[in-house]
Amino acid sequence: MIKVQGLTKSFGRQQVLRGLDLEVPTGSITVIIGRSGGGKSVLLKHLIGLLHPDAGRVLVDGVEITGLRGRALDEIRQRYGVVFQGGALFDSMRCAENVAFPLREKLHLPRPEIVRRVEAALHQVGLEGMGAKYPAEISGGMRKRVAIARALVTEPEIVFFDEPTTGLDPILVNTIHHLILDLHQKFRFTAVMVSHEIPEIFEIADTVAMLHEGRIAEVGPPPAIQASSNPVVRQFIRGEPENAEGR
Amino acid sequence: MTDRPLPLALRALDALGQRATYVVDSLGRFGTFLGQALATILTPPFKFWAFIDRIHYIGYRSLLIIVLTGGFTGMVLGLQVYLTLVRFGSEAYLGPAVALSLIRELGPVLAALMVTGRAGSALTAEIGIMRITEQIDALTVMALNPLRYLVAPSILAGLVTFPLMTAIFDVVGIFGGYLVGVELLGLSQGTYFGEMQTFVDMQDIMTGFWKSLSFGVVVTWVCTYKGFNVGHGAEGVAKATTDAVVLSSVLILVWDYFMGSVLP
Amino acid sequence: MERARVNIAVGLFVLIGIAGLAYLSIQLGRVSLLGATGYVVTADFPSVGGLKAGSTVEIAGVEIGRVEAIGLADYQARVTLRIHAGVKLQEDSIASIKTKGLIGEKYLRISPGGSDRIIPPRGKIREVEAPVDFEELLSKYIFGRI
Repeated sequence: MIKVQGLTKSFGRQQVLRGLDLEVPTGSITVIIGRSGGGKSVLLKHLIGLLHPDAGRVLVDGVEITGLRGRALDEIRQRYGVVFQGGALFDSMRCAENVAFPLREKLHLPRPEIVRRVEAALHQVGLEGMGAKYPAEISGGMRKRVAIARALVTEPEIVFFDEPTTGLDPILVNTIHHLILDLHQKFRFTAVMVSHEIPEIFEIADTVAMLHEGRIAEVGPPPAIQASSNPVVRQFIRGEPENAEGR
Repeated sequence: MTDRPLPLALRALDALGQRATYVVDSLGRFGTFLGQALATILTPPFKFWAFIDRIHYIGYRSLLIIVLTGGFTGMVLGLQVYLTLVRFGSEAYLGPAVALSLIRELGPVLAALMVTGRAGSALTAEIGIMRITEQIDALTVMALNPLRYLVAPSILAGLVTFPLMTAIFDVVGIFGGYLVGVELLGLSQGTYFGEMQTFVDMQDIMTGFWKSLSFGVVVTWVCTYKGFNVGHGAEGVAKATTDAVVLSSVLILVWDYFMGSVLP
Repeated sequence: MERARVNIAVGLFVLIGIAGLAYLSIQLGRVSLLGATGYVVTADFPSVGGLKAGSTVEIAGVEIGRVEAIGLADYQARVTLRIHAGVKLQEDSIASIKTKGLIGEKYLRISPGGSDRIIPPRGKIREVEAPVDFEELLSKYIFGRI
């Protein structure tokens, strides 16, 4: 279980997170929604340990990671898998090498074992036979799949997705969502996803948390969020223009 | 970060203080960066293939430009120095004049400047793009140290390639001077090379060697640092690349002066 | 494949670079890879005035060796010469420090003697001639005491 308590972060004069509280139950898919530039990615980076908060704590299974540095933080990260917004594939390496990279550098597995697991991982995301291509040679949707394969190949306990479907057409969005759902059912990892695919995201989320003005405005299972009476949430999920309800 | 406006007299001081803090802060980061990179060089595991790739990138791919600039520098030196020396009837010293200027000063400095323009800028851009596309974050969250994969191999490759490229530059330049002085202007071959052997000492060659070695560290250090601390988007990468080239070039010349006054 | 291509290129680059370094240090810096050849003799001068390690040693204008080192022994300048192996120096050879041209660099000239005895390796040239002190000569000339 990941627990966030009173997380506060400013960049210069701009306060992005203002005492945010959130709980992510183990083994579930939690999706964080909210306006663009509203701090969703900043929140995610705190969970991964890429940013350090001004105040507040992040606890992973009871271990506080906010004060950790270096090796201690790396130990927590051994259990993580992260799918970055643009995929963040190493563009000097072929797709298969990208997927193999954490196995080789992190787990130091023997070569045949790496080859076997890379093939299995590429098969799972429907990209068998594409391993020899460079990231620049494949489409955006394929890059996201390779990124997912790379994040999952080490069989992490917790997987973070930073807008895994931005820039994809609606059909591909659904394909990626169902891929994530399938993989989740297979590996039972804890998933934290940042997304603004409304309403598609309600199909795969166990919990949805709405981030607004640096705090979680509302959190709950998809039906509860969809039926919410909170004007901020209603406005966001119906995509109404900002001045419609006179905020 | 006060909201109350400061009196005019204090505002200038405030600006100055902020600027000073900023400069000291960036110098500190700059130094710490090298320290951390050196720490990853000294501790295993060593990324051997990344190191070889960097030598290929910084060294082999710069060969052509080094040979070209080295050759023409030597030819220009041969011509200009000859025209000066001939007035004093001492054109016999063309060889040592060309060799010493190349070996002590021009070889290390010009080779370093050329490599900065060709490979240094590309190094900054490559690392900068890895930063803005979160590839560096991806390494970090894999619990791997990006300095070990990106910076340490570059600095080590700089240490290896710069002296070698400087040597190539020197030799090609000496033959460029030979072409002009001997083949074109009619100096005897024996005079050109013979006097050179008398005047050039191992000490001169070592001076050039130490210079090129330190330029190798300076250039790769500046270029990887600028790439690592890139701003936002394509504009940030463009700015970082320019900054890296300008700062490297200035540091090469400043450092050359210091080395010149310290080394014999 | 790619790996091999990169490796070959890197190998080529390092080879060319080391060849450059080797040329500079062996040809110009006079670093000998195989150890020094020839043999060593010494000569003591009251003054070497401008002669330095690396200066040439000549007989009749032909280079027969180089000055290897210059040190101090008994308040005299001890010059160590490395002479090419084929060249024999008679015991009454005279070593003198000369200048090439009017302002050129110093070199060491050996005038062969007529003795049958040859200076052995690590031996000593006894007959020496100090360099002409140009300034002294000039002042003597000016003040008419030559």
